[in-house]
Amino acid sequence: MPTIVVDVMPKAELLDPQGKAVAGAFARLGVEEFASVRIGKRFELTVDGEVTDEILAEAQRIADEILSNSVIEDVVGIEVVQ
Amino acid sequence: MTARIGVITFPGSLDDRDAQRAIRIAGGEPVALWHGSHDLDRVDALVLPGGFSYGDYLRAGAIAALAPIMSEVKDAAASGMPVLGICNGFQMLVEAHLLPGGLIRNAHQQFIRRDQRLRVENASTAWTSDFEAGQEIVIPLKNADGGYIASESELDRLEGEGLVAFRYVGVNPNGSLRDIAGIANERGNVVGLMPHPEHAVEPGFGPGTDAAMRSGIDGLPFFTSAIAAVVAAAV
Repeated sequence: MPTIVVDVMPKAELLDPQGKAVAGAFARLGVEEFASVRIGKRFELTVDGEVTDEILAEAQRIADEILSNSVIEDVVGIEVVQ
Repeated sequence: MTARIGVITFPGSLDDRDAQRAIRIAGGEPVALWHGSHDLDRVDALVLPGGFSYGDYLRAGAIAALAPIMSEVKDAAASGMPVLGICNGFQMLVEAHLLPGGLIRNAHQQFIRRDQRLRVENASTAWTSDFEAGQEIVIPLKNADGGYIASESELDRLEGEGLVAFRYVGVNPNGSLRDIAGIANERGNVVGLMPHPEHAVEPGFGPGTDAAMRSGIDGLPFFTSAIAAVVAAAV
């Protein structure tokens, strides 16, 4: 079944407290390869049948208006996965 | 007249009954409203109470902001009806774009509960007229997603237009930008804040004060202000 994957991330300029907490755990474990961690969300919207341009446009609208809040987040990707 | 103030219950609301009680103690008539309805039952003002609607899924307040009754809430707010969002209700108001900005996870990641000192920055809104500008009050705070954020330009606009209604004093408990605890819209009828005035309305059940344990009732003027606004509008 085709799936539309929507990725949402906290805005780059904002503090991401969850990512910061994970980065703190890395530091305690001695993992030093990664400068920072940011945590976002992945939404999987499954579609019965073909993904038309209309369905993709609707996914874009839903991503902008419901799945993300433009004050605090950005939609960083919308892609169709078979 | 007795002011009829609606309190909307959403799935996961926790403080709806406390808000009703606060309205009653302040001299108003609380009216229980349901999120799934389109009927505001002729109320004169509205409270969106605290809690964890939909378990804070998606974003705090985001799914509740899409509830059927929210279309009537938006119309009522646009017509000038006093609307107060407390904690989760504040989160709903920003998600519904009735107030600007957003609320994110507390900077320290912890749920926090404390008696919080605030300064009333704007005493000319529908919910703050019984305070003096600059007055300091103590009411309970309890939240996980209480960090207020907005763009620098939006923050400057809020400050410039006097729309910062409340500011944290002493301790900033959640990393809110510019210590903002609550804001108002331009018209002053819509107010949202993270702390809980409804938990500080009756001696014996509020925050401690220098005078006596649990004697704090600094939350009461929120509700008497709105009742006065409603009564004044009806004359």
